[in-house]
Amino acid sequence: MRFGVVVFPGSNCDHDAWYAVSRNLGQPAEFIWHDSTSLGNADAVIVPGGFSYGDYLRCGAIAKFSPVMSAIKKFAQDGGLVLGICNGFQILVESGLLPGALLRNRNLRFVCRPVSLRIETTNTPFTCAATRGQLMNVPVAHGEGCYFADERTLDMLEAEDRVVVRYVDNPNGSLRDIAGICSQNRNVMGMMPHPERASDPLLGSTDGRVILESMVRSMVTTHA
Amino acid sequence: MSDLAPSELAKVRAILGREPNQTETGIFTVMWSEHCSYKSSRLHLKKLPTRSERVLVGPGENAGIIDIGQGYAIAFKIESHNHPSFIEPFQGAATGVGGILRDIFTMGARPVAVLDAIRFGPLDDPQHGDRNRRILQGVVEGISHYGNCFGVPTIGGECVFEPCYNRNPLVNVFALGVFKHDEIFFGRATGIGNPVIYVGAKTGRDGIHGASMASAEFTEESKQKRPNVQVGDPFMEKLLLEACIEAMHTGAVVGIQDMGAAGLTCSTCEMGSRAETGVEIDLARVPQRESGMTPYEIMLSESQERMLLVAEKGREQEVFAVFRKWGLDAVTIGEVTGDGKLRVKNHGVVVAEIPNRELADEAPLYDRPHGVAPHRDAPMEAPPIPRSRDLNADLLALLASGDLCSKRWIWQQYDQSVRTNTLQGPGGDAAIVRIKETGTSIAMSVDGNGRYCSLSPREGARLLVAECCRNLSTVGALPVAATNNLNFGNPERPEIMAQLVEAIEGISEACKHFETPITGGNVSLYNETLGEAIWPTPVMGIVGLLKTAAPVTIPFKETGRAVLLLGGMGTTEATRFGGTQYAKAVLDKMWGLPPALDMDYEKRVHTAIREVVAQGLAESTHDVGDGGLAVALAECCAEGTGASISLVTELRPEFALFHEAPSRILLSTASPEAVEKIARDNNIECLRLGVTMKERLQISNSSTTTASPWIDCRVEVLREVWENALESLLNPVPV
Repeated sequence: MRFGVVVFPGSNCDHDAWYAVSRNLGQPAEFIWHDSTSLGNADAVIVPGGFSYGDYLRCGAIAKFSPVMSAIKKFAQDGGLVLGICNGFQILVESGLLPGALLRNRNLRFVCRPVSLRIETTNTPFTCAATRGQLMNVPVAHGEGCYFADERTLDMLEAEDRVVVRYVDNPNGSLRDIAGICSQNRNVMGMMPHPERASDPLLGSTDGRVILESMVRSMVTTHA
Repeated sequence: MSDLAPSELAKVRAILGREPNQTETGIFTVMWSEHCSYKSSRLHLKKLPTRSERVLVGPGENAGIIDIGQGYAIAFKIESHNHPSFIEPFQGAATGVGGILRDIFTMGARPVAVLDAIRFGPLDDPQHGDRNRRILQGVVEGISHYGNCFGVPTIGGECVFEPCYNRNPLVNVFALGVFKHDEIFFGRATGIGNPVIYVGAKTGRDGIHGASMASAEFTEESKQKRPNVQVGDPFMEKLLLEACIEAMHTGAVVGIQDMGAAGLTCSTCEMGSRAETGVEIDLARVPQRESGMTPYEIMLSESQERMLLVAEKGREQEVFAVFRKWGLDAVTIGEVTGDGKLRVKNHGVVVAEIPNRELADEAPLYDRPHGVAPHRDAPMEAPPIPRSRDLNADLLALLASGDLCSKRWIWQQYDQSVRTNTLQGPGGDAAIVRIKETGTSIAMSVDGNGRYCSLSPREGARLLVAECCRNLSTVGALPVAATNNLNFGNPERPEIMAQLVEAIEGISEACKHFETPITGGNVSLYNETLGEAIWPTPVMGIVGLLKTAAPVTIPFKETGRAVLLLGGMGTTEATRFGGTQYAKAVLDKMWGLPPALDMDYEKRVHTAIREVVAQGLAESTHDVGDGGLAVALAECCAEGTGASISLVTELRPEFALFHEAPSRILLSTASPEAVEKIARDNNIECLRLGVTMKERLQISNSSTTTASPWIDCRVEVLREVWENALESLLNPVPV
C-alpha cells in the first residue's frame, strides 16, 4: 500500500509521518510537493502537521488554495483515504472536506504533551484495527486545536458516528472533547493529536500505530 | 550609541590611510563592537581548551563541529539574546532562537534540538514582579513561537530567578544539528570571480546597530531602542533551512554564512577574511523591503532570515532554481575578488573600501585591568543558622520556590517531540535525541549558577562544568565537547573583568579535566542596568554520546527497590552552605563560598554511573543538584512511588538534607550489590539509603536517638506543590 505524504512550505511533520509509515510500519511512502496537481500512484494520503505557509491569515487558510488540494479533493471524492494530522486537520477543515473549525486553545497557549484519547468508533478505515473504547496515549502539539462547530453540526457528527477520537483529558477546550472526526463517506479523517509521534517503541508509546495500521488493513481489504 | 574610541578611530585611519566616511565608520563600529570582536575577552578565551580527537571544527566558525562516528558529525553552539529580550521579550527571544538556528544550518547541519537557559528577576518581587512576569511570558512565547514553527524540538534548559536579573534578563539559547562529514560547509568566500549571492528575506531598517546595542549598558533611554530589535519570521527561516540544505546538495555552493549580528557587513568581510580574498558587492542589487535606504542602513541592517553564499561561477542557475522552488529571493550582488578588500558600491559608485582581514580579524584587543578581587556583595562569614522548626515545611518551601519548582508550565508550550527523535525531553537530568541513521544518541545539558559564581567565579565555573558532565553521565552519556555563554557586566570595571577572567580560568581547568573542549560560544558583556551589574553568569552547554536505547529517567518506578547514593553523602561546613537554595529560599541569606569540588573524585563518579547505566542496573537515576539530597529525593517521587530513607550522618539536619555538595547521584536498583561493586572498582563511596515504597517519602537519621523522622510527607503533596508552584507565581492572587 503506497502512502503519499504532502509537503507544503512550512510543513514540519512531513518527515515524521514518512518515517512512521515507511520505517515503523514498513509501507512504501513518498512525498508529494504542494504544487503537484497529481497524487501519483498513492493509495492513501497523509496531510501532515506543521505551519503550512506560516499559518498566516489563519491555520490552513492559504494551503487550501494550493494545487495539491484540488487533487486531494478529487481523490477524496473518489473514495481515497485522506488523513490530516494537526495542521493537516486544520487544512482539511479549511478546504471543506471536514466540517467545523479549529480555534485557538482555550488558554491561548501552545500545548505540547501526551494526552489520553478514546477511540469512539471502529467503523472507519482509520480505526478498523482498534477496539471501541480503546485508550491511546498520543502527543498533541498545537496552538489552535480547539474544535468548534455549531450544535447542529455536533449533533449530526454524533448521530452519524463520525466522532472518531475523543480526549479523556481535554487539552484545548474542544467542544464535546472532540479530538478527531471523519467525513460522511468515512474516508477522510482529521485529528489534532500526532499518531506518527507514537509509532516507535523508543519514543515511549506505540499507541498511535493503530491508526496507520487500520489504514493499511482497510486498503488491503478494498484492493482484495 | 557607543562609537569608536579615539584610539580605535586612529587605528581605522592607519588601516585606510585616510579618514573613514560615514558608512565605513558604521562598518568599523559594528565589527569592532564587543559583541562581534570579543575585544575584551579574546585574550582570555585563548586559555580555553579547544582540541580533542573528536573536534573537527573549533572556535571561529559559526558553530563548533565534532565527530560522532560512522561518518556523522554534530554542530552546536550557545548564544545570548539578553539585551533585545529586555527591550522586547517576545521578538528578542524569538530572534535569539532564529539566530542560533542559522548558525547551525549555515554549516550544513539540520537542527535537531534546542535548549534554553533563561534568567529573570523574581516573579514575586514587590517592585518588579509585574514586569518580570511579563518578560518571562514574552520570552517563553517567543521561544515557543519560533522553535515550534521552524520544526525543531525544544527539549531542555533551565529557568532561574534572582534579583540581579530584574532589569537585565538573560536569554541563552543552545542549538544542535546533525550531518555527515562530507556535508560540512564553511563561511569562506573562495574562488576569485565566483558570484556572491544574497538569499532569503529582504533587507529593512530593523535591527540597525543591534550589535553595538548589545555592547552597551542599559540606561533610561534604552526603551527608545525598541526599533533596534529585529522581528523574526520562523516560516521564512524554515524555508531558508530547506532551500540552503538543498542548494548545498547541488554541489554548486562554495561557501555560506548567515547574516546575523552586523548583517551584510559581518558576513561579507568575515567570508573574505577567512578565505583571504576580497568581496565586492553593489547595494543596489540587495533586495530591499523599504525604499530610500542609505548604504549605511543596508550594510548595518540586522533584518532576520538572510544568508550570503558564494557559488561556483557558471553554476548560479542551479542555486537560483532551488531558491525559486522555495519561493525565496536569491540575487547575485557581487563577486569574490583577489585584492583582499571589502568594496561596497551603490549603483556602481564605491561607498566603502576596507581591507577584510584588518576589519574582521584585527579588531582592537584589550587587556582590561583585572588585578583586583572579583566583585562580590555577599559576606564571607556565615551568619548563625537557626535550627529548623519544621523540616517538612522547609522541603515544601524549596519545592515551591521559583528555581526548584517544575517548569512544566514553560516547556509544555514548546514542541518537544517534533522530528520524532526525543528520547528524553524537558525535566530530565539531560535531554536526549536519537540519530535515526546511526543507532546512537546525543545527550545535552545546559547549566548556569550565578549564585555560586558570584561567591567565587572560579569555583562556580568549575562546578558548572562538573554538573553538566554529571547530568550527562547520569543518563549514561560520555561528555565529549562543550560550548559556553559568558554573561557578565561591564568589563571596563576591573572588579567585573576579574570575575570574567576567573570564570574563564575555572571553565578552562574543568573542561581540561573532564575532557570537554570548548568548540565555540558567545560572550555577552555590559549586562548592567543603571550601573548595577548582573552576577557573573557563565552558562555551559555540554554534549555527550550514548547508544540509542530507552532512557533511564528520574522517577522511582517499582516499590521495594534499593535506593543508593553513588558518591556518598558529601559534606559541608557553614561557609560552604551560603550559596545553597536552602540559604536562599528558607533563610533568605547568602554568604561564603559555593560547595567544594574534588574534580578527580567527581570524574570517578561519572565513570561509575555510566557503567551502572550501560549495564542496565538502574531503574532510575538522578543527579543531586540544587536543593540537595531531600529535593532530589522528592523529585524522584514525582510519579507516585516514594521511599523510606534512613541516613547515617553526624551533620545537622539542615545540612544533611539540603547541602549541595557535588559528585552525588541517586539511583534505584534491583541489584544493589552489582552497583556497589562498580562503585568499589572506581574507588568511590556508595551508600544504601533505603528502599522505595508506596505513597510516602520518609527521611530519618538513624544516628540520632530521636524517634520522629526528619521528613515524612505524602508524595502526592510533594508533587502538587512542585508542579503547580510556577503557575501560582505567574498568577498571583490580587491583594
